[in-house]
This record gives sequence, C-alpha cells and structure tokens, in this order.
Amino acid sequence: MKKTLFDKIWDAHVVESIPDGPDILYIDKHLIHEVTSPQAFNELKEREISVFRPDQIVATADHNTPTENQHLPVKDLLSRKQLKELTQNCEENNITLYGLGHPYNGIVHVMAPELGVTQPGMTMVCGDSHTSTHGAFGTIAFGIGTSQVSQVFASQCVLVQKPKKLRVNVNGKLKKGVLPKDVILYIISKLGTNSGTGYFCEYAGNVFEEMSMEGRMTVCNMSIEMGARGGLIAPDETTFEYVKGKEFAPKGEEFEAAKVYWKTLKTDEDAEFDQEYAFDAEDIEPMITYGTNPGMGIKITGAIPMEGGKSDAKALAYMGFKPGESLLEKTINWIFIGSCTNSRIEDFRQAAAYIKGKQKAANVNALIVPGSRQVAAQIEAEGLREVFENAGFTLRQPGCSACLAMNDDKIPAGEYCVSTSNRNFEGRQGQGSRTILASPLTAAATAVSGKLTDFTKHLN
Amino acid sequence: MEKFITLTDTAVPLEIENVDTDQIIPARFLKATDKAGFGENLFRDWRFDKNDEPNPEFALNKPEYKGSILVAGDNFGCGSSREHAAWAIKAYGFTVVVSSYFADIFKGNALNNGLLPVQVSPEFLDQLFVEITKDPSVEIKVDLEAQKIGIPKQDISEHFDIDPYKKTCMINGFDDIDFLVSKLDAIKEYEQKKSQKLQASTPL
Repeated sequence: MKKTLFDKIWDAHVVESIPDGPDILYIDKHLIHEVTSPQAFNELKEREISVFRPDQIVATADHNTPTENQHLPVKDLLSRKQLKELTQNCEENNITLYGLGHPYNGIVHVMAPELGVTQPGMTMVCGDSHTSTHGAFGTIAFGIGTSQVSQVFASQCVLVQKPKKLRVNVNGKLKKGVLPKDVILYIISKLGTNSGTGYFCEYAGNVFEEMSMEGRMTVCNMSIEMGARGGLIAPDETTFEYVKGKEFAPKGEEFEAAKVYWKTLKTDEDAEFDQEYAFDAEDIEPMITYGTNPGMGIKITGAIPMEGGKSDAKALAYMGFKPGESLLEKTINWIFIGSCTNSRIEDFRQAAAYIKGKQKAANVNALIVPGSRQVAAQIEAEGLREVFENAGFTLRQPGCSACLAMNDDKIPAGEYCVSTSNRNFEGRQGQGSRTILASPLTAAATAVSGKLTDFTKHLN
Repeated sequence: MEKFITLTDTAVPLEIENVDTDQIIPARFLKATDKAGFGENLFRDWRFDKNDEPNPEFALNKPEYKGSILVAGDNFGCGSSREHAAWAIKAYGFTVVVSSYFADIFKGNALNNGLLPVQVSPEFLDQLFVEITKDPSVEIKVDLEAQKIGIPKQDISEHFDIDPYKKTCMINGFDDIDFLVSKLDAIKEYEQKKSQKLQASTPL
C-alpha cells in the first residue's frame, strides 16, 4: 500500500493496536520542562512506579525563568520552587537536565534541535503543544498533557488514536519580505483554527523545500494553531546538513547509515490524504493578526473583514479594532522578537539586517529574547548584539519570556505588541495585553517606525 | 479516577467560540507543583475584573446558572496543552463539558481526569443554549453507556461519539497508566527488536 511520510514513521512505532481503541505508540524522545512535569513526577511517586527509560528524556527550564540576571537565585518564589522541583526530580530519576545557566539551556523546541536530540524518523513528545516544531525534521512530534507525561515516564509509550492525514501544498515564488512566519500565518488565516483538529499535517511544495531548517521549524511550530496535533516536512539534504555534527547526532558511519534510512522518509507518490489544500506562494504577503486567535490574520496592507465568525465582535472589542479598518499607521509601543516560533539565529539575522544603521522609534519598547544560550552566543559572535543595542533594542537572556508572560516580561494592559510568538489570545502576553502576531522582519520594521507600515516598499 | 456512568443536572451556558486554555487558566497560575486549587482561578480574567471584583456579566457569575455541566461554544479548549485547564474545570465543579468541537489535546486531558467532553452537532448546541437561557433550571441528562445527551423534559436528545476504549475507562474509572504498565513486556520486546538496528529512529 502507498504510504505517507506520516504513516511510515507512525507504523514503525506502534507496539500494539488496541481493537476499537488507540495505538500504543513508542516514543523515542521525551522532552520535559518545569511547568508540565511536576504533577507527573508526583503521580509516579504516589503509585511507586519508577521512570522506565530515563536515557530517552531530556529536560530544560524555560517557561517561567527570568530573562535577566540568570546567575542569581530566581526572585519569584513560586517559580523558584517549580525550578527546584525539576532539578530534584531529574536528579532522583537520572534524567539529563540543562537547567538555567547551562550552556545548552534554552526553550525546549530550540535547544533540542540544535543539540541533535531531534532526528528524522523519530517519535517525540513534550508537555507543550508547540512540540509540533520538531516535525520540521520529518519526525512525528506532538504535545501531550501531564497525565500523558506520566504515562511516558512509566512506559515510554502513549495511547493515541492514529490521526487523519492532511497535506498543505504551497508552490511558487515567495515575494520579497515574506518570511516562513507569513506563510504559516497565511495558511492559518485561510483554514481557520480548527480545520486541522484530528489531523497530522504534512507541508509539501517547493516553498518548504527551499526553506532553511529554522524556517521549517517556524512553520511546523504553528501547526497546532490550526488545530493539528503536529506538522511535518520530509527530510532532505537541508535536514541532513543541519543534523550533521550536532552534539547528539549520530557520527561517522552511524550517520551515513541513518541517512540511508532517512532518505526513505517521504510520501509515496499516489499515497492518499484525508484532506488536501494548495496555495500559491505569490498570493502571500507579510501577515499580521487583528484578533484574539491566530486564524484572525490579514496581510499587513489589508483591512479587517466586515463579516466574521460569531465571536469576532468580542475579539475586536478586546483589541480595540473595528470591522473594515486598516491597521496601517497604527501606533505600536511594544515589539517582542522571541518564542519557540521565532527565536533562532536566522530570525535575529533577518531582524538585524533590517535594523542595522537605523534606530527604534522613541515610543517603542523593543524586546529581543534568544531561544537558547547557543543562539545568544551566536548573536554575540556574529556582532548582532551591537546592531540591536545601537538601535536601542533590549537584548535579554534566553527563555519563553513574553510569549506567555509567566515571568516578569509582560506587556502592559491595553498596549499593542507586535510579537513573533504564536498566540494572540486575550491576556497571553500579560493581563489586558493586545498581541499582533507577525514575522521578525515585520516586528523589526514596526520597532523602527513606531507604527505598522508597509515596509516592503523600503526593502532592497 | 472516578467512575462516570450517567449524570442529570442543570448547566451553565458559555456562549463563546474558540475558548482557549489561556482563558480557562491563565499562564500566571501554572507555577503550582500539585493539582489542587486551580478551580478558584478558572476563567480568572473573564470571571473577575482588574480589581478582582466578580464580573456580573460572565455566565459563571450569574446566580441563575448552576450545575455540573458546562455548555460552551465551538472549538473549546484550543491552544496550549496545559492539563491545568482540565483540572481547573473539574475542581470548579464541572463533570461534563459540551461543545460542537473540542481541540484534540484538551479532549484527551479531560478524559484522563474524569471530565467527560461531549461533542454535539452545532444545531443541537444552539438548541441547548436556547433552552438553558430560556429556563436555567432545565435539566440535561448525559448517559455515557447509551452515548446520549438530551433534555428529558423536552424529549430531545442526540447521540454522541466517544472512543470505545476511553468509554470503558470512564465507566470503570480505569486510567491509562495502569493499562500501559500492564503492557511493559510487549514494550520491552518492541525495544529489543528495535535495538538490533543502529538507530533509535530506524524502523522495525
């Protein structure tokens, strides 16, 4: 039978299928962080069960860590307690932890790929919905709840129904100034926030083939924002080159042997999908969101639709926008470049290339938060720190930061923030904050002009 | 896990679509390391204003609406995977959530915590909203064995789907950890076959 990329990986990981029920799916790599793991460790303790395969778990601290003075004890007592529990739980269970201050520390979906923990053909889970990010390598990666975290601790497996298969094709040539973030925001604006529910999505077409690994991660990261449990892209030379030489990637002959297998990881011709969509790259422009879910997106030069869904009026009231309104020239006081969607070196290179020689507008607070210690070191090594600081941007230490505002990095109530993160939900970046999702380039351009502008006119 | 067989109770109507888990339980409350106490912060920023005063317009604050069934708009539970959302709804006192669509991860989390997600047709959902707002004392009956939800007084009902495995778990109060631990021999056998290959990601 003809198989999709998804089928090939899934079927190779099924330990057993329960009749009329879910599959027992074997998990190669389990990533954990401080927020969704403590209750799972407690569950195991209560049942007197030990962690089954600690070697296949990698831990980091990222969600509620401060982005300043990481060498000092964490000020927030609850955060400190949660981080301490993570450290203790990892020590007690022989789990490798890259905690705050470790050179490998960072946002879980940034540090695992850059360490070579993520490899094609794997199954990966994490108690975090943006685990879909790792699909960029041709892996089946998806977010799980805390009960499932404890299941994986206990058995290295999860019980899941095999999702249906969806393919999104984008072909053609992207316009100048259109980044991977715009591509995924465009797709979600067309398909809506629940069209992917029950599906795993494969992204195909020359647009994804020509993307860097960083770009592919941005796309796969937001699969969950259209409801899909995960997204994936067939691995190719770009993938192999990225993985090669990474700390935990196979080396030498092992790498070559793995590559032979990885090359088989693509959808067979004529394999069937339950649902398929196609878009033209030429139709995509820099995107922004205007509402309180990531599906409420328009091109930056566009207008808010006159007629929306049932709850759109509530969303527009929250955002302070009106149907039919254009957001060009709207004053913006905050920008955030960071999060597991857009905090990799390529994102900062793109922002810096635009910012170099310019100044941020006086009204703007511009926050730059690298995704990991390694990215931070690269920013330093490539001289991007000077670019950002000379332009008046604030460069912080790595973490999830203002994407979900669990730490002190919050956008004040009522303020707009052009953010490279993944969710514009009410209060996501701080109580009362208003998020406009966009690419790192759009965020950089907004910081310079102090308002939303059609910056593509000024691109070389 | 508690068993769930049938439930007849009044309901609270939350007529909002795309309710995301950040609204159900905002991220600033996720610093706890146990499962207790999330109920008081359920829908925190909708239930309370910025001075921590209850918002009288919000359904959960309206005295006429009570009960252990939450009836919500389309695409309930989207966004973050935080299981704290299911814990918060359960801790507040709900046992059933009804919607015309649930996000995947939320649905799984709910089922793992004895909170039954009941997916109905958009038409039936609208009918529920109409009947509950017309008469907040109207009782809704959820029968998991028969997979039926309805308003007995009006003699209207609808069938709902549930994974047969999960149904058995809910009815008997079983959970997935017990089941998976009982499968460890099969899992080890799978690992052995796999380790004969070079790569963790190599197929069998």
